[in-house]
Amino acid sequence: MSILVVEDLAITFGGLIAVDGVNFLVEKNEIFAVIGPNGAGKTTLFNMVSGLYSPQRGRILLAGEDVTNLAPHELARRGLSRTFQNLQIFFRMTAIENVMVGRHLHEKRNVLSHLFTLPSVHRQNRETRGKAAELLALVGLTDVAERPAGALPYGALKRLEIARALATEPKVLLLDEPAAGCNPVETKEIDTVIKAIAAHGVTVVLVEHDMRLVMRISSRIHVLDRGRTLAEGKARDIRSNPAVIAAYLGGTGAQEAARAQS
Amino acid sequence: MARLLNNPFLLVIGLALVVAVLPLFLPSTFYVRVVALVFINALAVLGLNLLMGFAGQVSLGHAGFFGIGAYAVAVGPTHLGLPTWLALICGTALAALLALIVGRPILKLRGYYLAVATLGMGVLIAMVISNEAQITGGPNGMPVPRLVLFGWRAVGPQVWYWISGITLVIGVWIAINLIESPTGRAFRAIHDSETAARVLGVNVAHYKLTAFVLSAVYASVAGSYFVLFDGFVTPDTASFLRSIEFVVMAVLGGLGSIFGSIVGAAILVLLPQFLTVFHDYEHIVLGAIIIVFLIFLPAGIVPAASSLLGRRAA
Repeated sequence: MSILVVEDLAITFGGLIAVDGVNFLVEKNEIFAVIGPNGAGKTTLFNMVSGLYSPQRGRILLAGEDVTNLAPHELARRGLSRTFQNLQIFFRMTAIENVMVGRHLHEKRNVLSHLFTLPSVHRQNRETRGKAAELLALVGLTDVAERPAGALPYGALKRLEIARALATEPKVLLLDEPAAGCNPVETKEIDTVIKAIAAHGVTVVLVEHDMRLVMRISSRIHVLDRGRTLAEGKARDIRSNPAVIAAYLGGTGAQEAARAQS
Repeated sequence: MARLLNNPFLLVIGLALVVAVLPLFLPSTFYVRVVALVFINALAVLGLNLLMGFAGQVSLGHAGFFGIGAYAVAVGPTHLGLPTWLALICGTALAALLALIVGRPILKLRGYYLAVATLGMGVLIAMVISNEAQITGGPNGMPVPRLVLFGWRAVGPQVWYWISGITLVIGVWIAINLIESPTGRAFRAIHDSETAARVLGVNVAHYKLTAFVLSAVYASVAGSYFVLFDGFVTPDTASFLRSIEFVVMAVLGGLGSIFGSIVGAAILVLLPQFLTVFHDYEHIVLGAIIIVFLIFLPAGIVPAASSLLGRRAA
């Protein structure tokens, strides 16, 4: 059974058809990439799958359950979490506190016990902090755990978002351009982190422009163009697909092409 | 010092010590009275700071909850024959219930829209209080029966100094507990990014409402104390101007700073007492001081002092 099923998903903004009838299946433990030119609808697709937008048509199944139109926090409960292309960091909290928020669903949430800090709350805070520290170690941020997130460099924040999303213990993790704006060293680190996540049994779906990263780590690639599916397959098939080259790898300008081939 | 400001439990103990020792240094009952007023205001501001400074949701109507607490201890004993302590609890429950009912729809709004909606709520409460003259005495207000506990009448600045001081210490302790709990982390997460909080499983609507209800409880208890201390209540307790005062206290002391709530309340209660030397220009000077503070210390007094001390220490 596929862990994530997207069926005929569609949404329009005003007159603009952003996503128009997209279908795909993601199998358990896959690293599944969604690529396409700017404006192809990749992030919109992610926003629908993670519950931030309500699709106008189509269905989303998570582990066989229909989760279309569920609120994001309900989806998180069912095992889906994500990161953001334009960072959504809790800037006024420390790095480790950011990850601790990700443990929210695994904590007891009785406000009265929180008001009077019963011993169980202390114990739970310690457990949460310990778990968060493990995840920071996984993404290589142990040294900056107690620093305010607002003071961390961009590449670190990208990895912090991944650690935070992992803290929810997702079955499926959506990564929206995890390497965008990162230098080659940082990209390499992200690459390692994503592989480690997949090795832990988390299914990864990512949107990414860095073709070297995508080709290296993805088990399958889904190509979008103007809200529609252009192609889907393994890295080598996508690389040599004439339609993909025309629309994305070659067709949309020298910049994209250079990044894809370098 | 910076570490002291950042260590939550030292803060509670430190505050308890200050409350315990301060009366020794107060030259007259006038000052005892003023400090009791600082404590009572600080209690309301503390609640508002949980909502504004931590959960990031503005309210320009908190005097409404303050007014409900105030009138509960006036109306309850006078018209319903309730003992004052029970009236205080009923008032707090009523404020919480109203916050729960009103908060659900209006907390969907953000920024300016939420500000206007809470303002409307506050004004409505004040209007109801003014218009129900048979029960509330209307614009003239009404006397508040004294608090009697086990046959002991709570009257005078000394008594209210201790009652409000001890309650403030408890209020600070509760606020600090909350902030270092999953609920507090959810509040702070919502403040910085609602979107991220949602995808991490935080039920944003639920936690905004929790913060709103909690802040209403703080305001209501403070309102009850305020008029029990005074012995008289007028619709002024629920006025829009008072809502603004609470917000100014929270911002001046430092949004997101527990200690700042007390400092903000202290400044806004104390300054007018000392500015009386300016006679007719008192309000102008007060306004000017607030503006200067906000220009030079936009984060608020306590966060600014804390980061200054932190930098020196480092």
